[in-house]
Amino acid sequence: MSFFEQMKKKAAETSPKKDSKKTEDVNESEVVEDVESNDENVDESTPEHENTESHEMTFDAVEPVQNTSSEIDTSEGKHFSVGIDLGTTHCVLSYADVTAGDDEFSQQVMGISQLTSPSVVEEKLQLPSFLYQAHDAELPAGSIVLPWNSEPNYIVGEIARSLGSKTPIRLVSSAKSWLCHAGVDCKSAILPAEAPDDVQRVSPFDATKAYLEHMKDAWLHLYPNAPLSEQDLVITVPASFDPAARELTVEAARSIGLGQAILLEEPQAALYSWIEQTQGEWRKQAKTGDVILVIDVGGGTTDLSLIAVTENDGVLDLTRVAVGDHILLGGDNMDLALAYTVKAKLEKDGKRLEPWQVQALTHGCREAKEKIFSSDVDSVPLVVPNRGSSLIDGTLRSELTRDEVNSVLIDGFLPKVEVSNRPVSRPRAGLQTKGLPYAQDAGITRHLAAFLAKQQNAADEFDSINLPEGATFLHPTAVLFNGGVFKAQALSNRLMEVLNSWLTTENAPEARLLAGADLDLAVARGAAYYGFVRKGKGVRIKGGTAAAYYVGVESAMPAVPGMPPEIQALCIAPFGMEEGTQVELADDEFGLVVGEQVRFRFFASTTRREDVVGTRLDYWQDDELSELNEIEVTLDQENRRAGEVVSVHLGSAVTEVGTLELQAFSNKDDGRWKIEFDVRN
Amino acid sequence: MDITAYTIDLTLKPTTFDAWHVCLAGTAAILAAALIITLLSMVICLARRKNNHEEPTVKIVEKVVQSEPVVQIVEKIVEVPVERIVEVEKIVEKIVQTPAPAPVVLKEASADAALQLLYLLQNDARFIDFIKEDMSAHSDEDVGMVARVIHEGCNKVLDEHFSFAHICKENEGDRITLLDGYDAAKVRVTGNIVGNPPFTGTIIHKGWQITDVRLPSTVQGYNASIIAPAEVEL
Repeated sequence: MSFFEQMKKKAAETSPKKDSKKTEDVNESEVVEDVESNDENVDESTPEHENTESHEMTFDAVEPVQNTSSEIDTSEGKHFSVGIDLGTTHCVLSYADVTAGDDEFSQQVMGISQLTSPSVVEEKLQLPSFLYQAHDAELPAGSIVLPWNSEPNYIVGEIARSLGSKTPIRLVSSAKSWLCHAGVDCKSAILPAEAPDDVQRVSPFDATKAYLEHMKDAWLHLYPNAPLSEQDLVITVPASFDPAARELTVEAARSIGLGQAILLEEPQAALYSWIEQTQGEWRKQAKTGDVILVIDVGGGTTDLSLIAVTENDGVLDLTRVAVGDHILLGGDNMDLALAYTVKAKLEKDGKRLEPWQVQALTHGCREAKEKIFSSDVDSVPLVVPNRGSSLIDGTLRSELTRDEVNSVLIDGFLPKVEVSNRPVSRPRAGLQTKGLPYAQDAGITRHLAAFLAKQQNAADEFDSINLPEGATFLHPTAVLFNGGVFKAQALSNRLMEVLNSWLTTENAPEARLLAGADLDLAVARGAAYYGFVRKGKGVRIKGGTAAAYYVGVESAMPAVPGMPPEIQALCIAPFGMEEGTQVELADDEFGLVVGEQVRFRFFASTTRREDVVGTRLDYWQDDELSELNEIEVTLDQENRRAGEVVSVHLGSAVTEVGTLELQAFSNKDDGRWKIEFDVRN
Repeated sequence: MDITAYTIDLTLKPTTFDAWHVCLAGTAAILAAALIITLLSMVICLARRKNNHEEPTVKIVEKVVQSEPVVQIVEKIVEVPVERIVEVEKIVEKIVQTPAPAPVVLKEASADAALQLLYLLQNDARFIDFIKEDMSAHSDEDVGMVARVIHEGCNKVLDEHFSFAHICKENEGDRITLLDGYDAAKVRVTGNIVGNPPFTGTIIHKGWQITDVRLPSTVQGYNASIIAPAEVEL
């Protein structure tokens, strides 16, 4: 019998006598306390009202206030499948416990601790992909700290975005788009691109590394016993990322100890997420012969992919057959477009807007747009309060109407066009060399038309997918949307309407919408699910490389004065090369000089599916091959004389990670050299 | 009949002293002595009893004890009444000494959390600017326009950092019955409060309860009193 029980018994024996003495209607539990403590400082005059939970009859059993800060790490010995959506404007990390190894898969999105203003740390589901290069005197000492690091190297996340909104010259944004920007060295400190010399710059590579490192540390803070470096990790990249950008992403992960990370294309991740969320039902919603069009419109980029559904021995197979170009056009453009519409309206009334007002207007337009799309109001007032402490004086006001939203967003970004329409591209005026190559045509439907027409033959290899005679584009049968933009029903409806009008003119059935996707978090969720799928726990999308790759070689012909030598494109990696395979160009010999850097021009084609390794192209259409950053190789001098010419042949491999590796093999011995993508300009 | 014939003459004295008179005198003396002894013993007894009045109680208990067959139990029961008496005395003493309830130690509200909320409301919704502005200088229309922005911002801040729930599930205006033992902290009854629960009444306000708080954490040494730093554009 425990001491407490003894006390309770005594108390029970005592109480009748108490009642007879009419002391006070003290209840039993307090007597227990009294006997138990037996000293003088008994505080019996404050009866507690906590034990009333069972008496509630007609009220909501609301949970008591909880303190969420004290989480206990239970990760010891656990294994997770982690997916990171390394977005242009936001990063998201999703994960699932796969320790048990059964077929159950339930995942969650990690709250990423980050500074939201100096000295204030908050957990948010998204880490804004921004980096701020603060001035030494700008922020109070000791205010830039993180729960796991008192001196972070970089200021990233929400605080970077909010500080940068007022001081854009110090803000690094869209680092990811720079990774895929031909013509710059992504490892040289170039961002922020338009900053004064005073501002210390970082490279797009380092910025990417900083975002990854922040998430790695936030994870470790949450699960000290299960570091991210020991988990299955999938990082998503746009399907349109070229081999160099993929390599840089993997390298960034590797440099912070996440060498096990593998890559996944974002539209594929979105489809994986949809498959996971339908919980097996997808087999009923998709059927053999389907061509699924994934339209992923993020904050800054538009990514298109086509996935064919075929049958193999009674099992449905998914093959990613085509990806679109890297289009720098996204949801942020839409908000900006609305802000400029309102700005024009205000300027017509003779008001001059300052940059900060335009920015506040952009923010206001984003919310007004959501309100118009989600309710049936016809106009939403827009107010830009004065920056000073007096709000009302100097307040700028206008309104955003449904007609404006329709004409600017729906007709501007998703115009009703014929499928024969193509994006307009004008010659750029003036200095454009330093900036990102933003899409010139905002018409997403025109980009889509161009993509579908260009990829008309993408699914030719499958017997079950047949285009009717006279078709001018590949007919998708199903559409999966991704990205917050499509939360607006009006926009997704318009896109479906335009696509279906194209299909109807070619007598094809209308495409159906694959419903049930989580538009904001699908990519990260799909990535985490992919880690699970890789263990053989679900259907895997096949695809391999999304393009065929070529090196430029000079053709053997007499030199013509004033004319550059003709270039031939030599196929070095075919379209659809699977992960874990490698090919060599044994017949084409090159003489490389030891110790000298040799550079090749490098091309990609997303349409030439028949070319095999070693195919030489003398002539190609402009839109068939696109030139990427040059590649280079330097033969080290180990065991060789400087200036010696070594006969080599080239080869390529697609790694399990999902990157393309180019190599030069010696024809005489077993020497081999890596051909690098990142070229210094 | 002549009454005087029975009158006793008290002045009469015995003139003779015989053996009968000796016997009578002796008896009177013995009775007087016995009376004195009895009275004296009573006085002593009373005096002793005042000195220790517990003794008889214990004696009575002991008598009861003796009727119990098992010796171990005897010991226990003797022990308990003694303790019990002490216990009761203690409580009685307290009530006598402090007729008013013992003082309550009040918990002081943390200023930091309050300041933090003000910071969030100001930073994300310009709340302080709005409340501190001289409203009499502006038209209703102007105030209304700005109020929209402030309202939206404040609502966002609240939703971001707190989870709200109504205490009553039913709608306002509905009749509900409060059972005995309902939580008086959650439900306040007003008006015609008579009799005992269950009470039946109309919901005037559904109540609010915060079910989750997600305030940001702050760095050691963070000065929470600065809810909006001055802004200087260079």
